[in-house]
Amino acid sequence: MSESVPGTPPEVFAPVEVPVSPAQPPEEVEFVQLLTPEGERVEHPDYSFDLDDEAIKGFYRDMVLVRRIDAEATALQRQGELGLWASLLGQEAAQIGSGRALNAKDMVFPTYREHGVAWCQGVNPLNLLGLFRGVDQGAWDPKDNNFHLYTIVIGAQTLHATGYAMGQQRDGVLGGGVDGDAGEATIAYFGDGASSQGDVNEAFIYASVFNAPVVFFCQNNQWAISEPIDRQTRIPLYQRAAGFGFPGVRVDGNDVLATYAVSQQALKRAREGSGPTLIEAYTYRMGAHTTSDDPTKYRLNEDLEHWKLKDPIERVHAYLSRHAGVDHDFFDEIDAEGDKIAAELRAGCLALPDPQLTDFFQHVYVEETPQLAEQRAQYAAYAASFDGEG
Amino acid sequence: MTKITLGKGINAGLRAAMEADPKVVVMGEDIGKLGGVFRVTEGLQKDFGEDRVIDTPLAESGIIGTAVGLALRGYRPVCEIQFDGFVFPAYDQIINQVAKMHYRSMGKIKMPVVIRIPYGGGIGAVEHHSESPEALFAHVNGLKVVTCGDPVDAYWMIQQAIASDDPVVFFEPKRRYHEKAELDESVPPALPLHQAKVVREGADATLLCYGPMVKTCVQAAEAAVEDGRNLEVVDLRTISPFDLPTIFASVKKTGRAVVVHEATLSFGPGSEIAARVSEECFYHLEAPVLRVTGFDTPYPPSRMEEEYLPDLDRVLDGVDRVMGY
Ligand SMILES: Cc1ncc(C[n+]2csc(CCOP(=O)(O)OP(=O)(O)O)c2C)c(N)n1
Ligand SMILES: [Mg+2]
Repeated sequence: MSESVPGTPPEVFAPVEVPVSPAQPPEEVEFVQLLTPEGERVEHPDYSFDLDDEAIKGFYRDMVLVRRIDAEATALQRQGELGLWASLLGQEAAQIGSGRALNAKDMVFPTYREHGVAWCQGVNPLNLLGLFRGVDQGAWDPKDNNFHLYTIVIGAQTLHATGYAMGQQRDGVLGGGVDGDAGEATIAYFGDGASSQGDVNEAFIYASVFNAPVVFFCQNNQWAISEPIDRQTRIPLYQRAAGFGFPGVRVDGNDVLATYAVSQQALKRAREGSGPTLIEAYTYRMGAHTTSDDPTKYRLNEDLEHWKLKDPIERVHAYLSRHAGVDHDFFDEIDAEGDKIAAELRAGCLALPDPQLTDFFQHVYVEETPQLAEQRAQYAAYAASFDGEG
Repeated sequence: MTKITLGKGINAGLRAAMEADPKVVVMGEDIGKLGGVFRVTEGLQKDFGEDRVIDTPLAESGIIGTAVGLALRGYRPVCEIQFDGFVFPAYDQIINQVAKMHYRSMGKIKMPVVIRIPYGGGIGAVEHHSESPEALFAHVNGLKVVTCGDPVDAYWMIQQAIASDDPVVFFEPKRRYHEKAELDESVPPALPLHQAKVVREGADATLLCYGPMVKTCVQAAEAAVEDGRNLEVVDLRTISPFDLPTIFASVKKTGRAVVVHEATLSFGPGSEIAARVSEECFYHLEAPVLRVTGFDTPYPPSRMEEEYLPDLDRVLDGVDRVMGY
């Protein structure tokens, strides 16, 4: 005879079904897709892409340009001009789709790889290079472009985003609009690896219980340095949201129409005051983790070949040329624009002035302490003693 | 005799400890197939399996918290924190749990956990990858804190740390991972874990240093010969507890001491040493104890790190000043 605990629904005792592995090949992964890898538009019952072909051309341009900027930065690192670079190769659609869904008042909290989102927000790519060249630690003003500093400590920014969203909520700037354009939201970027951090899970809880206007945008690029996604989770990441009490959705992270549509809906929900959403953008890290990494140590070339067929840019190229009557002049112009931007970026990088250590003592506190002032003066005198020695 | 690097010395020491004791497990991020971002655990997973060389989820509090549980179950976990700046999500587990378990249980529970942390600057890294947080651990009662300055010490000290029934925070000078030395595994270690080592004898002043600064100080001492100065260099090796007898003996002999570390000046290890030396060696001192250290700012962007870090010139400047009294 089975006894049931009063008041507890029997489903609670049902065993949890664990999928074999969350790292299924993308064909078998259920996600929102609006443009196939072959460049064909497809319908989805819950999401649609409402902009015209001009907008798609704009997304194409964004993706090509950020890929070009990214390639230039990698080259600069190889030539010793940057200490490090974290490439976004393969993740352009996830970043441009979500980035272009943002409104002017929405706020972004990035990791260290969101160069595409930075582009959408109008951050000068040279600012990103400063951090990787080692002349500063991301000295841009987050208020200028509603783009917070890069955060390298994994997961920390998800709590910052949640707190910022709680501030938006307390400022009474949510809801009110009919078109979803009113209100403000915050978006937090993080990786599949980050989903294991306590901070990220705490952010989910805070966002949930306070119904904060925050969108958690996880780029599941299948890898956290050398660790595959199944070292972080046994269920698809987007499904975690349900346990925290808010919606989760998985989107084809290499489909810029879908990432745009899904992000737009989640942001709208947040701006209206309906609370957080978790978006899992299913994508692939096509390059090394960073320029310091050697992925041949831990992953197969086969996977890479497979994912090359899902390239986020190629599919938009195919769509535009086949279905939107776009000719090669358009594509050539963008390539040429990319080369020009890259050349300017390179020149700007080489011209970045080397920082002076003495300039950095002043920024430890709002007002330099007497002890720090003394240290700075001592160091300046010491450094001056070498002047003229060559 | 084999030629090893400091990194390979730790690798070989881990291997020896794992061979000697099946309860030794190694855990951390990317330590399996990749062998860690510095390749310190290279080959261990292949040889000891995934149960003993554990690639953990990306969560440092999880690494240390589960290590506590493993230790309670009779294992001897060796945890790798990928970089110095990333130990802080685990700080609560280290400070409130690992450090206090023995005390709280009145000695009934032991915590033979080793926490390996590559530390220090000089590798041109982005922020959070060049920190020297040793004082933040040395200040915590219940933790032991050590750091190796050469490949042979790396090989033996990691094994001694694993053998310790107290928790040990094991700082590895990452910019010295590629330093080379000859190792003869058949010769037992010259010193116990918590003893300092006089690496160069001298008479005029003592340089007290550890980890990445040992090489810098030895070079400075060699350069000082040209100025007619004969400096003693002591590799402290152990920060908590300090080996005070060795420090005192050297300073009483030379009458002058300069402490050198990358960590920030204020409240750094040098502050404690200066206090102890002035209490114990007061009548032998010809000059106050001086410190040559990182400045009291966060670690700067890498283009300035050479100015921030004590180098040969700054050590010699410290020597000039301590000799000037
Ligand atoms: C707290 C913390 N631990 C470890 C690291 C080292 N680290 C840098 S990136 C990374 C992997 C991150 O993976 P994921 O979250 O999937 O993001 P991705 O790099 O794939 O974009 C690790 C372990 C870190 N930066 N911060
Ligand atoms: Mg990842």
